[in-house]
Amino acid sequence: MTTVISGDDLAHRLQQNFPDAVTDARPEWAEVKPDRLLEVCTFLRDDPELDFRFLSSLTAVDRLDHFEVVYHLLSISRNQATTLKTCCADHDNPEVPSLVSVWRGAHLQEREAFDLMGIRFPGHPDLRRIFLWEGFPGHPLRKDWLNFPGGQMAGLERFPGEPGGRLEGRG
Amino acid sequence: MKTEPFVVNIGPQHPSTHGVFRMRLTLDGERIIDADMVVGYLHRSMEKLAEERSYTQNIPFTDRTDYVAAMTGNLAYVLAVEKLSGVQPPERAHWLRTIMSELQRFASHSMAVGTFANDCGTWQTPVMHMFREREKILDLFEMACGARLTTNYMRIGGVSRDVPPEFRPALRKLLDELPKRMDEYEGLLLENEIIVARSRGIGVLPPELAIATSVSGPMLRGSGVAWDIRKADPYAAYDKVEFDICVGTNGDAYDRFLVRLAEMRQSIHILEQALEMMPEGPVHSQITTSTAQPGEVPSAPLAIRPPVGEAYGRIESPRGELGFYIVSDGGPAPYRFHIRSPSYINLTPLKDLAVGATVADAIVILGSIDIILGEVDR
Repeated sequence: MTTVISGDDLAHRLQQNFPDAVTDARPEWAEVKPDRLLEVCTFLRDDPELDFRFLSSLTAVDRLDHFEVVYHLLSISRNQATTLKTCCADHDNPEVPSLVSVWRGAHLQEREAFDLMGIRFPGHPDLRRIFLWEGFPGHPLRKDWLNFPGGQMAGLERFPGEPGGRLEGRG
Repeated sequence: MKTEPFVVNIGPQHPSTHGVFRMRLTLDGERIIDADMVVGYLHRSMEKLAEERSYTQNIPFTDRTDYVAAMTGNLAYVLAVEKLSGVQPPERAHWLRTIMSELQRFASHSMAVGTFANDCGTWQTPVMHMFREREKILDLFEMACGARLTTNYMRIGGVSRDVPPEFRPALRKLLDELPKRMDEYEGLLLENEIIVARSRGIGVLPPELAIATSVSGPMLRGSGVAWDIRKADPYAAYDKVEFDICVGTNGDAYDRFLVRLAEMRQSIHILEQALEMMPEGPVHSQITTSTAQPGEVPSAPLAIRPPVGEAYGRIESPRGELGFYIVSDGGPAPYRFHIRSPSYINLTPLKDLAVGATVADAIVILGSIDIILGEVDR
């Protein structure tokens, strides 16, 4: 069974080496400052006790007032996994340092997050759109892409036939 | 003599790209000096669409991401939602899921091996043999859920329905046949001169590079890394069956092909055990939901609202680590729905594999990665 290193545990370990890098921790994940991301991730990869040499998944979540970038890390030799997050507070101009220099597996996944969520990754060797063409208006996975009439946003609010008022936007 | 690099586009409409994939190769004579890929021709924006549909309505999307392995796509998604909502499927459902996943792996690998042989130049004969067995597996799927490709079989908390009584004898008959067919395939393909000459030593992926570039599945194991999520982090009933992790030694295209052939044997081995060990009983846990009428017990949850939170569920699909990252805000639809697609991420080292090879090798390399464009583009 893969051992899951909880966010609190991960935050505790990071705290010892990077005292001011961790901003939040929950049982599921730990959050670090974007400007400390590179050194934290290099540590996570190279530390023999953690050995997270495999970047399982990289993706982003639009939280309306900020973006979260989520990294699922895996250690093949120690069979353990953890989740790291970083937050870009500037919703209009989100930027997170690229991790291609740490895990090359981030290359295509960062291009995907740039294309669909509009997050820029400074340091990425070849940051271009990947699924959509150059000149496509906006980034479709953002919650404010294509607002519905009346200020409503995408997302099912209730089931058909379920009692309730009119559909409210998710914001 | 003065020469200039020459750019060749292979695809998007080309039989060797297995779908609408475009490889942009820069050539110096016959040698590749740069390789780039252009994808997105099949992008259907599933992640956005899923945010407007309920958790159960999203299951059919997972058929259509990896349309050659719909069962495993279904399974990865429902496992993630079950993790998020804390639903526990009954024992028989675990076993049915295992059986369907392994049948699907066999069917998917037979397509991969057959088309790889095609790419190497054993034109059409092996792939037609492979289709024969795949057809019988698809008949079993049709028996279980009414569909052959887009199965939509798994449900949150179980599977959509139990298999009919004729399923068991039909699977038994197939399992008696498959080892003989495997002997036939191995005799035909393993030392096949065309395949060996075209794929041995081509597209070598060292284990360190494989891990660094996040490749998974037969591609990772072909490089000699014994990592299989069915063993490392067992889901469904994989903790109760015995099987071996198949690994390669050289990490070339030929090894990836060998790993797939060996895994087909292991799938038969798992199916034999699962058929013996599968208990009787219900196939879904009954969850009362908001749309259920009074007195009605829904056969499988049509509508659920998982608690606020997030979950990442992953399985070993035929192509590698298939993960679903789901964020819930407590509503009936996922707030965020992300597919960690193995086909897409396995393309990360494409340039490393292709540079230095010839144009003909690039076709073999792409065939050995085994991409499904529905999953690359989503």
